[in-house]
Amino acid sequence: MSRFDWLSEYLARLQDEHVLVRRGSATRLAPAHALEIDAEDWGRAGQEAAAFGCRWAGLWADQHGDLFSVFCLLEYGGDYLILCTDTAVATPLLPSHTPYYPAADRLERHLQDMFGIAFGDHPDTRRWTRHQAWPEGRYPLRDDFPVTGDAPRETPPDEEYPFPRAQGAGVYEIPVGPVHAGIIEPGHFRFQAVGEEVLKLEERLGYVHKGIEKIAVGRDPRALARLAGRVSGDSTVAHAWAACQAMERAAGIEPPPRAQALRALLAERERVANHMGDIGAICNDVGFAFALYQFSRLRELWQRRSSELFGHRFMMDVVIPGGVTADLPREAAARLREDHRALRAELRALYDILEDHPSLEDRLLTSGRLTQDTARRLGCLGYVGKASGQGFDVRQASPYPPYDRLPVAVPVFEEGDVAARMRVRMEEILAALDFLDRLLETLPGGDIGCDMPAPEAGAEGIGFVEGWRGEIVTYVRFAGAGQVARFFPRDPSWFNWPALERIVLGNIVPDFPVCNKSVNGSYSGHDL
Amino acid sequence: MLRILNRIRHAGLVTEAPPPVDDGELQRVGTEVKRVLEARYGGSLAIREVDAGSCNGCELEIHALNNPYYDVERFGVHFVASPRHADALLVTGPVSRHMEAALRRTWEATPDPKIVIAAGQCACDGGEFGTSYASCGAVANVLPVDVSIPGCPPAPIELLRGLRAVLQG
Ligand code: SF4
Repeated sequence: MSRFDWLSEYLARLQDEHVLVRRGSATRLAPAHALEIDAEDWGRAGQEAAAFGCRWAGLWADQHGDLFSVFCLLEYGGDYLILCTDTAVATPLLPSHTPYYPAADRLERHLQDMFGIAFGDHPDTRRWTRHQAWPEGRYPLRDDFPVTGDAPRETPPDEEYPFPRAQGAGVYEIPVGPVHAGIIEPGHFRFQAVGEEVLKLEERLGYVHKGIEKIAVGRDPRALARLAGRVSGDSTVAHAWAACQAMERAAGIEPPPRAQALRALLAERERVANHMGDIGAICNDVGFAFALYQFSRLRELWQRRSSELFGHRFMMDVVIPGGVTADLPREAAARLREDHRALRAELRALYDILEDHPSLEDRLLTSGRLTQDTARRLGCLGYVGKASGQGFDVRQASPYPPYDRLPVAVPVFEEGDVAARMRVRMEEILAALDFLDRLLETLPGGDIGCDMPAPEAGAEGIGFVEGWRGEIVTYVRFAGAGQVARFFPRDPSWFNWPALERIVLGNIVPDFPVCNKSVNGSYSGHDL
Repeated sequence: MLRILNRIRHAGLVTEAPPPVDDGELQRVGTEVKRVLEARYGGSLAIREVDAGSCNGCELEIHALNNPYYDVERFGVHFVASPRHADALLVTGPVSRHMEAALRRTWEATPDPKIVIAAGQCACDGGEFGTSYASCGAVANVLPVDVSIPGCPPAPIELLRGLRAVLQG
């Protein structure tokens, strides 16, 4: 199948619906195809995309004087399509995509809070990202909003958020967070339960909103890469890579092959480290501490090697615009291959135990099920999607170097339970180790970076990277003098958090921790 | 069951005998922490960790303190689920304005006398995020801080050194 061979059919359907495509461009936001449409057609274009079977993959806006440009990312068969439209800053109004795509819900509310763009027929217009740090009617991502905010004051708690109330005999509420019992990120969960069974879960996020999109403005490329590497610290490599990809495309450069290969080396190391941590933590949440200690031991060894080779246990700030900061010494390749061999042997023994342990099976199999249909409608990504039949993986569907020459195996399961989400991680570790061995065998020589010319004013670019949690998408636009005018990193957690609300239904409250851990959404990556 | 025991035996006792990195320093710092805890704190220090806006990088390293290599519990340091059980708060991140009230409340719920440790560059000075409409910056802008542990994120051994500093202080 050739790229975008479906596009003419989608365009024909738009025409049937009298949606006028003002301009199409295959280069403006390459590798995505951009379509400019009128604001009043926004809803119909979304409706047609849903009927066509496109995945809804993101939404962001950008201010240009008295207009907001709004972008909606769609994906079909590994091809990315971006709908673009304008709406006046004075009266910003667009039809909502949420009626056709439940995935659109929170990102539309994010735009509502950050830009003041109203989404006409959105079924839930409660605030989302905004708590009490800025008043209603003020919008931090508008040009007239100072990065320092208005008068600094003590920020009150967000007590008036309108949660729906529990009703009915025997129904009670359990509020949890924002400060949780463990060493994890903050967020609020509101359960409604009868006895032990969860009837409803509502998430309330936004607690670690740090103004990332706003403080990105004015940075140079190197400083933006640093910030991107802190959008979600556990995904520092993947987020930095996606941001650099976007900036490099804006500047019209491509890093040398060795730099691309080393980026993949870092990204796969990040995947292996996090998956090992998660497997241990999932098992620990059902009382199997043995696995926690074994996997955290392996993870520690792995991170020490990262630190030794790249100067940082998480490899932060190694991916920079144009390439990477650290080369892999010649003799290190053999050491890494030996690491991989040893790790495989350890994993084989541990996997044998995990796969054949009745008390684990009892807790993980059939717990926290996410049906394939729900996963598809929510646009779930990474191991959450792959455990429920959604096999999308950027490395395979829309491969970027070096995955274009070195394919990676993508495990997909259909059960959709906690066990399947753990199983995806187990398989992805093995696939990553195989990939890493092949990568080391074919590591190109040459430079590990190239100069990054300052992109001209208005230059924009988009990056797509498969992080360990799933697809990361990053949009960057430059103002003059190589300064960033707009940065939007879309973490996969935007689409996996809503899945958790469905996953816990009908499960018992004590299984919430393991359900949550099996999803392991990023709070920071989502709250921005 | 036998396989599990075999696995445990095969992995052996990794605590304190890691490859490169800390060569003995861990043991030294840990023992000093333990000595002060025994002399002045009744033998243990209960820590409540609070992520007040972190990128989650700092949390990963705090977690690592409990892995078999560091195993800080053996020095008397343990993490507790409630601030009401805590001697110390270990706070990470720039304090996001949306976490400001929760952090203050957590501090109020912690019995006196209490120690506040700011862990990570963000907690020390706002780090990459600084102060903005959304961030109060350093933890010290919100709470009285006893000791700051820089690093982005601080490695487990650096966290342990920071603990030693606060205990000896
Ligand atoms: S200090 Fe670094 S790792 Fe820690 S929260 Fe800040 S950015 Fe993340």
